[in-house]
Amino acid sequence: MRFGRTLRAAALVTATAAIALTSGAALAQKKYDTGASDTEIKIGNIMPYSGPASAYGVIGKTEEAYFKMINDKGGIKGRKITFVTYDDGYSPPKAVEQVRKLVESDEVLAVFNPLGTPSNTAIQKYLNAKKIPQLFVATGATKWNDPKNFPWTIGWQPSYQSEAHIYAKWLMKEKPDAKVAILYQNDDFGKDYLKGTKDGLGAKASSMIVMEESYEVSEPSIDGHIVKIKAANPDVLLIYTTPKFAAQTIKKTAELNWKPLQILTNVSISVGSVMKPAGFENAQGVLSAAYAKDSTDPQWANDPGMKKWNEFVDKYMPGADKSDTSMVYGYGAASTLAKVLEMCGDDLTRANIMKQAASLKDFVPDTLLPGVKINTSATDFAPISQLQMQRFKGEKWELFGEIISGDVASE
Amino acid sequence: MSAAEEVVAEGHEAVEAVPKRAMTLSTGTSLLVLAVLLIVPAFVKNFIIFQMTMLLIYGLAVLALNILTGGSGQFSLGQSAFYAVGAYTSAVLMEYFNVNYALTIPVSATVCFGFGYLFGKPALRLSGVYLALATFALATAMPQLLKLNFLEHWTGGVQGLVVTKPDAPFGLPMSQDVWLYYFTLVVTLAIYIFSVNLLRSRSGRAFMAIRDNEIAASSMGVNVALYKTLAFGVSAGITGVAGSLGAIAVQFVAPDSYTITLAISLFLGMVVGGVGWLPGSFVGAAFIIFVPNMAESISKGLSGAVFGVLLFLVIYLVPHGARQIAILGQQFAGKLRKN
Repeated sequence: MRFGRTLRAAALVTATAAIALTSGAALAQKKYDTGASDTEIKIGNIMPYSGPASAYGVIGKTEEAYFKMINDKGGIKGRKITFVTYDDGYSPPKAVEQVRKLVESDEVLAVFNPLGTPSNTAIQKYLNAKKIPQLFVATGATKWNDPKNFPWTIGWQPSYQSEAHIYAKWLMKEKPDAKVAILYQNDDFGKDYLKGTKDGLGAKASSMIVMEESYEVSEPSIDGHIVKIKAANPDVLLIYTTPKFAAQTIKKTAELNWKPLQILTNVSISVGSVMKPAGFENAQGVLSAAYAKDSTDPQWANDPGMKKWNEFVDKYMPGADKSDTSMVYGYGAASTLAKVLEMCGDDLTRANIMKQAASLKDFVPDTLLPGVKINTSATDFAPISQLQMQRFKGEKWELFGEIISGDVASE
Repeated sequence: MSAAEEVVAEGHEAVEAVPKRAMTLSTGTSLLVLAVLLIVPAFVKNFIIFQMTMLLIYGLAVLALNILTGGSGQFSLGQSAFYAVGAYTSAVLMEYFNVNYALTIPVSATVCFGFGYLFGKPALRLSGVYLALATFALATAMPQLLKLNFLEHWTGGVQGLVVTKPDAPFGLPMSQDVWLYYFTLVVTLAIYIFSVNLLRSRSGRAFMAIRDNEIAASSMGVNVALYKTLAFGVSAGITGVAGSLGAIAVQFVAPDSYTITLAISLFLGMVVGGVGWLPGSFVGAAFIIFVPNMAESISKGLSGAVFGVLLFLVIYLVPHGARQIAILGQQFAGKLRKN
C-alpha cells in the first residue's frame, strides 16, 4: 500500500516535472526552497538586542510586529510569515553563530535586514556561498551594492557615501569658498561619510576642508572637540555623528556663541531625540537630507502613509515611543520585504527572491518622503538612493530643493 | 599585623589553593570525554559542529586564563587583547602573505607569548585588583588600536578582514566544518596536555607557590619576577592560539569582535568552570556560549536579566563551579562502588 502510494507520488512528480518543462512559464507552478511551503514563509533576522547598539533592537521588534499584522490580515497569498529573530549583541562572531543557526537549524528561506556593518561583513561570505538571500541589510555602508561579487546581498537605505556626496555637491554650488570642518565618529560609519565628502568635493577637497576631527563613540562628551574645531575658525561644520553626539554638538556651538552653517547626517535628524534635546532655538537653520518621514514631525500628521503607520503602532506596539526613528525604519524595511514576497507569487525559491528584490520599480513604502522611490535592477543593488535637502525651522524640518539622486557604485 | 598587611594577605587568598592533582580529570574519564568528542561529528548537523568548534576555542582561551589565575594567582581582564592579537596575526598572514592556516598558529603563539611577556614585565609591580585594572585598560585600548590609521593597511581598520576557510587536505571526504573541528580538537588536545604537564612540572610548582604565598615562594628561592611574567606569557600565547583558531572558524576579524565583553566572558567562564580546574575551562566555555542563547529563548527583551539570574544561581548553588559538581560526582561514584 505504502509502496503503491510512493509510486503514484513519483509518477505525479515526474508528470509535474514534464508539464513544467514543456509548458514553461505559462503555468504558474508552485516552487519552494527550504523555508517556504503552502502555509508558511520562514524569514530569519539578527539584531543587537543587547550590547552597545541595543537601541537599534527596536527595528527587529517593529518588523516582528509588522509581520504579525500581515499574518492577521491573512498573510502573503495565504502563507503566514514566521519571523525568527536572534540577538547578536553587535558582535561579529556571535552574528556568524546566530546566522548559521538560522540557516542550518531553523532552515529559513532568507535572512532579512541583519543590522550593523561588522555583523553583515562577517556573514556575507557564508550566505553567498550557501546561496541564501541576505536581503535589505540594515547598514549604510557602500559595499552592499556589489551584485557582481555578492549576488545574494542587497542593501536598503541610502549609503552614507552617497549622502555625503549630496552635501558636497550642495556646498560646491551654494558656498564654493566655504571653509569646512568635519566632525566624524571614528568608525566605519564616520569614515564612510568622510570619504564621501572628500570624493564629492573632488579636487577642491584639500582647499575647502580646513579640519577633520574624530571622536570615539565611547567618549562621554565631545565638547572639547567642538572648542578645538572653533579655534580653526571654519564657517561650515559637517556633523557626522550618532544622535547623542549630534545633540551635544548643536548645543555646544550655540553655547560658544558660534554660528557656522551646520550640516547634519541623516542618521541623527530625529526631532524627538536630537533637535529637542539640543534646544530648538539652537538648531535653527541646521541642514540635512532625508528619505523617510519623521514620526515626530507635525507636518505628516494628516499624511495617509503616516496615518497607517500610527494605526500600526497603536495596535501592534502599544506603549512604544513614537519618536524613535527605528520604528519608522523597521516599518519601511518590512514593507519592502512584504512587497518582494508578493511579487514572488508561488515561486518562493531563493533565486526568485533575489530576482524580485532586484526588480523593484517605483515602490513607495508608507514611510518614505513623497517622491522618493525604491528602484532596483540586476546591476543596481541600492534600493533607496534618493534624498531631499531639508532645513530646520521652528520645531520641524522643512524640505527644500528637489529630490536628489546620489548613487555611488561600490568599488 | 597592621591593617595594610592584612589587606595584602587577604589579597593573596583571593585565589584558593588548589592541589595540583585536583587540577585534572582521571585518565579513564579523560579518554571517555575524548572518545565522545571524536565520535559526535558523525551524528550532528554542521551548525552544531561549528558550535562545538567554538566551544573548544573559547575553552582554550579560558584554559589560558585558568593557568594565569588558577595557576599563578594573577588576575587578568585583558585576555581579549591577546585573543585579538592572535586572530589578527593569523588573518593578516593568511590574507596578505598566503601563509597556510596551520602555520599561522605557531606564529600567533610566539607573537602573543612575546606580547604577554612584555606586558607582564611592568605589570609585575601590580597585584590583585590593580593588575586586573591594568589588564582591563589593555582590553579597552585594543579595539581602538586596531582602528589606527597607520595599521589600517594591514588590519582593514573598522571594516575588518575576511578570512578564507580552509578545505580538508588530502581530498579527505569531510566538510570544511568537520575538518576544522578535528583540527581544532588536535590543537586543543596538544595544548591541554602541555598545560597539565606544565602545572605538574617545576615551573608549575613555582607558579603555585607564588599563588599561595609570594613571600614564602621567594624565600624558598623561586624567582618570582621570572615566573610571574612567564605565566603571563604562556597564558597570552595560548589565548593567541585560541584567537587564531577563532578567526579561521568565524572567517572574519574586526575590532568589534574583541571588546572588553569578550574578556569578561572568558573570566566568567573560568569562574563557572572552577578556578584552577583545567577541565572546567571547557564547561565554562559551554556556559558562555549556550547560556546566553538559552536566556534569549526564555525572554528576548529580558535576556540580559535572565542570564544574570542563571549566573547568580550557579554562583549561589555551586560556588566552586563545575569542579564542585565533578567532586560530588566522584564521591557518589565512590559510594556506589563501595556498596
